[in-house]
Amino acid sequence: MGILEVKNVNKRFGGLQALGDVNLSVAENTCHAIIGPNGAGKSTLLNCLIGKLIPDTGSVMFDGQSVLGRKPHEINQMGISRVFQTPEIFGDLTVFENVMIPCFAKRDGAFRMHAIESVAAETDIVDQAESMLAEVNMLEKRDIVASSLSRGDKRRLEMAMCLSQTPKLLLLDEPTAGMARADTNNTIELLKQIKARRDITMCIIEHDMHVVFSLADRITVLAQGTPLVEDTPDKIKGHPKVREAYLGEAEV
Amino acid sequence: MTDQTQHTAAGPATTRARRKSQGVLGLRGRDITLMGIVLFLTLAAPFILNPFPATSGMAQFNAGYPDLMQRFVIFGIFAIGFNILFGLTGYLSFGHAAFLGVGSYSAVWMFKLLGYNIVPGLVLSVIVAGLFSLVIGYISLRRSGIYFSILTLAFAQMSFALAYSVLTPITNGETGLQVYTSDPQYLQSADAPSIPHLFGLEMRATETLRLGGWSFDLNFGYYVCAVVMVLAFYLAIRIFRSPFGMMLRAVKSNQQRMNYTGLNSRPYTLAAFVISGMYAGLAGGLMASMDPLAGAERMQWTASGEVVLMTILGGAGTLIGPVLGAGLIKYFENIFSKINDGVLHQWFAFMPDGIEDLLVGIVHPFVGKGWHLTLGLLFMLVVIFLPGGLVEGGQRIASVFRRDRKAGGAEARAAAKRNVE
Repeated sequence: MGILEVKNVNKRFGGLQALGDVNLSVAENTCHAIIGPNGAGKSTLLNCLIGKLIPDTGSVMFDGQSVLGRKPHEINQMGISRVFQTPEIFGDLTVFENVMIPCFAKRDGAFRMHAIESVAAETDIVDQAESMLAEVNMLEKRDIVASSLSRGDKRRLEMAMCLSQTPKLLLLDEPTAGMARADTNNTIELLKQIKARRDITMCIIEHDMHVVFSLADRITVLAQGTPLVEDTPDKIKGHPKVREAYLGEAEV
Repeated sequence: MTDQTQHTAAGPATTRARRKSQGVLGLRGRDITLMGIVLFLTLAAPFILNPFPATSGMAQFNAGYPDLMQRFVIFGIFAIGFNILFGLTGYLSFGHAAFLGVGSYSAVWMFKLLGYNIVPGLVLSVIVAGLFSLVIGYISLRRSGIYFSILTLAFAQMSFALAYSVLTPITNGETGLQVYTSDPQYLQSADAPSIPHLFGLEMRATETLRLGGWSFDLNFGYYVCAVVMVLAFYLAIRIFRSPFGMMLRAVKSNQQRMNYTGLNSRPYTLAAFVISGMYAGLAGGLMASMDPLAGAERMQWTASGEVVLMTILGGAGTLIGPVLGAGLIKYFENIFSKINDGVLHQWFAFMPDGIEDLLVGIVHPFVGKGWHLTLGLLFMLVVIFLPGGLVEGGQRIASVFRRDRKAGGAEARAAAKRNVE
């Protein structure tokens, strides 16, 4: 029994069957990659996990509880954090404030009326945010307005924000999309460190096979909304069905 | 954004020590200066606003008379509260005048039922406006952006229509609500003044100070409003610097990320809406305390629009901006509108007749009844060239001066170097 259990999930958009009978089981403290060609339904699946979309049928269980019908913030409070394809950060706020907000969310829940005490007086949050920024090597950028960061730094910041909630499950939607090779390698290193240091389950969607094979413990290949195969990276590499789905009939 | 701690190798220990120091009344760094400025400006307003001798031709630009000064600070309170919603969360309400009106009606009802002491009136105006904004906010905040603005506008216009006609027994319709001698006033003692007062001190009590040609009006009602505004401003600073204030800015910045960070943005925005509604109610209550009348026109959409203008003109999202915006608009409304053709002819009297008439003709549309035109132009200029409002203008001027000083210093050094050589 995995920490995340997706059973028979279907999702239609009008005439398009985006997800057809998806079954997925992600074991605790592993990194599970979901790969597949464009339009395979990877992002739709992820959106169903965080409450952005509601599947037509099927069940999604996380840590023994259903996530279906819950609001995004409730699902997050259960322990699921998500890194988006284009980094979603608080662009008008400073880097430090960006990291403090999830720390507050973790400590105080979905809403707390703390309108009089000063942010600076919340020493436990300040310390947490500082050590989190130190972990992703961004401490010297703490007072920069987040929207002026480089793409790579925005990504790192977003990961820091997700990690400062100490989630049980971290969902990553193409974390290296549009990145230069050096930035991609940095991101891989960062994710490897995170995996090594924390008890965390990761579920990653990625096009870049280099990233996938460096990180994943198991891989699910999705094609046309249905899981094609699920196996270890070594087996997936040479799998004929995968080659077909990805590359058509062409030879590599 | 003030008091930024530097992180050097020896950093954490020193920053922690600084973090613990609470500053003055929970304020630190530039906020203390800001608070000091506001305190000074409000206390010294009767003097600052009357810079011209009473007998001089410039006396008409004096704004230091009680009625106008009261309006400055009352609308300052209104705008400070509005800014907590609009400046922090970005939710643009076009219906805040409804809460102002509700506050005024509540206060007048307290005068009618209990007596002329303003304390019960102010308390009730805040409570009723708070409840009213809770209902309107709960419904309006289901939508965001333009739909939210339209919903609030619709509610405010409904309130206006209700106050104007349907709810006449409560609001006295188009006559406006006022206190009659037949009203019960259960707590009004025989020796208490029969105009609004604070424990016997009348709101309209004014001490006129004459110094040479100058005269300054020290009005008790103004100082009551001023003290309330200083407190309201202090509370606003605390809210801005609190985790709650940070969450409100997060709402404005990226609501999606906020929800996926486990935070429910709805109660945060609703709380901001109610707080700003209570500020508006307080302003309405004070307005009624200065002049025990409440009319439906206080709820009209133009009044809602005015507070939007004040906030944007001064600088939305800044602390002091709304106060400056409120002051500027009220100054225009009361001073510019008084400049009529007679005054203009006086000004240009030294010119030959033809030119005098021409100049008066040119200036005429911008003053007197045309003051809205000047205000409109000013608003356009500010929005186009200073999107951060007057506060941004001030910052730019300050930075120019700073650069000049640096450049001046460099030149001096260069000159000194030349001399040595």
